Amino acid sequence: MNHTTVLLTELGALLFALGMLGRLGRRFGLSPIPLYLLAGLAFGHGGLIPLSASEEFIEVGSEIGVILLLVMLGLEYSASELVGNLRAAAPAGVLDAVLNALPGAAFALMLGWDWVAALVLAGITWVSSSGVIAKVLADLGRLGNRETPVILSVLVIEDLAMAFYLPLITAVLAGAGLLGGAKALAVAVLTVLAVLVVAIRFGRQISNFMSVKDPEALLLSVLGLTLFVAGVAAGLQVSAAVGAFLVGIALSGPVAHHATEMLSPLRDLFSAIFFVFFGLATDPRDMPPVLLPALGLAVVTMATKVLTGYFAAKRIGIALPGRWRAGLGLMPRGEFSIVIAGLALAAGVEPELAPLATAYVLITVVTGPMLARLPDYQWFKNYVRRRTAPKAAPHFELPTSTGK
Amino acid sequence: MRVRVEQTALPGIGVRHDLVTSAGRTVGVVSHRNGRRDLVVYDVDDPDSCVAAIPLTDDEAEALADVLGASLMLGQLSGLREQAAGLYTEQVSIPAGSPYVGRQLGDTRTRTLTGASIVAVLRDRQVIASPGPSFVFQSGDVVVVVGTRAGIDGVTSILANGEPA
Repeated sequence: MNHTTVLLTELGALLFALGMLGRLGRRFGLSPIPLYLLAGLAFGHGGLIPLSASEEFIEVGSEIGVILLLVMLGLEYSASELVGNLRAAAPAGVLDAVLNALPGAAFALMLGWDWVAALVLAGITWVSSSGVIAKVLADLGRLGNRETPVILSVLVIEDLAMAFYLPLITAVLAGAGLLGGAKALAVAVLTVLAVLVVAIRFGRQISNFMSVKDPEALLLSVLGLTLFVAGVAAGLQVSAAVGAFLVGIALSGPVAHHATEMLSPLRDLFSAIFFVFFGLATDPRDMPPVLLPALGLAVVTMATKVLTGYFAAKRIGIALPGRWRAGLGLMPRGEFSIVIAGLALAAGVEPELAPLATAYVLITVVTGPMLARLPDYQWFKNYVRRRTAPKAAPHFELPTSTGK
Repeated sequence: MRVRVEQTALPGIGVRHDLVTSAGRTVGVVSHRNGRRDLVVYDVDDPDSCVAAIPLTDDEAEALADVLGASLMLGQLSGLREQAAGLYTEQVSIPAGSPYVGRQLGDTRTRTLTGASIVAVLRDRQVIASPGPSFVFQSGDVVVVVGTRAGIDGVTSILANGEPA
């Protein structure tokens, strides 16, 4: 068989298997991300069935996958939403960063890694998965809940923070040192501010420039613009992902809405390839030694996420059960942690980092959504109520208790 | 009394409107960016969480709004009648030859001239509540007038031949 036929059969079998896995996962209420990662582990070097011909294609596909993940994220938010949210939820965002990034960095230093690896692991433990969490909130019927805006605003701030973190980490990983990193950060801050200002002032004109009437032309022009800007951003050492994110932010209104609809299937395809690629690049034989550290890190940083959500919800006057829902809902890490680990993997820092990140994301993304259901169980509600009951008189957290 | 409807942005999803009823229950509507809406009802024990989220299609939402709106209108009208003796509610149709067909409600100056108010217009079996001064009459419209006996008679006469009796 020649190269092309092998490529087609391998790729076809891979995608079909991913589709089946995704369906299986849905039946158990499981996000497809861990399944894709496991599939990548199984197909990679040292795995069950190593792929030979299609790896090159998968590598390019995974690059496009990251870019599409980020542009879709940007399309979900409008510039004014980001800025308005930043004003309201900045304290929660700072708390989130401190409580969740620091344990990651401390953990890396404890393992004896250098400060670059510590910076990477800080990012991995910091960012929750907005995709997984939004899905969990919808599945549990919590979109109307009062604590949901708290969860969403923490996620928005994390996503926005990535626009600064990714260029910093890209520069540091490229060996630019602290000074180079600071320079990249400064460039990123200026770029992001400029894009936000332009998007708020001229968003309508930019969006009008792209016609909604011709779906094919819209798809090609939005995708083309995104890849082009991502490429230019990567050339300027600002990280391709951030370029894509900013394109998403700059587009708004009907164009953003239609582009979201049309790019979604592409995003699903290429992000699946991205997760598989990350799994491919990780040797499953490296996993067992890091399992225990990953479990420890997961327990610690899931607890800090609960604290984050608890206090962020408390700040705006949510009662006790809602605070637990916000905390337990924020735990899953996902696509961003893998994106960050992928950058580190490509740069070749700390060989144990990629398997650790894989195990870490697998643990949090599987257990997180399950634990998020806890507050819906009656015994949990009773437990929370018992704890508040003795203090109920001086507190007025549950104003409706008079109605009983 | 005005009801306070609170609006909360849900970044990436849409917007939520909710209000607390006088009975202490909270109801709300989550409007998704993609046009979907959920009617949400909050828990009595835990006012932060919703016990039900009911997805509504465009048609269903419109039907529900109509049912609520129409019963509200009728309730207000009958309430007015009971409240004040000497104040009447009457339906006055706009005849085909009326000078105000195709003209604005403000042009009639009914409230200034008679003291009676036009509170609604019935057109094609639909209720148009509290029409503004720029509302344009069509022939066949029926206006709902609230006022004293003399006031309502004045409105009837203005709409029929352009001047109060």
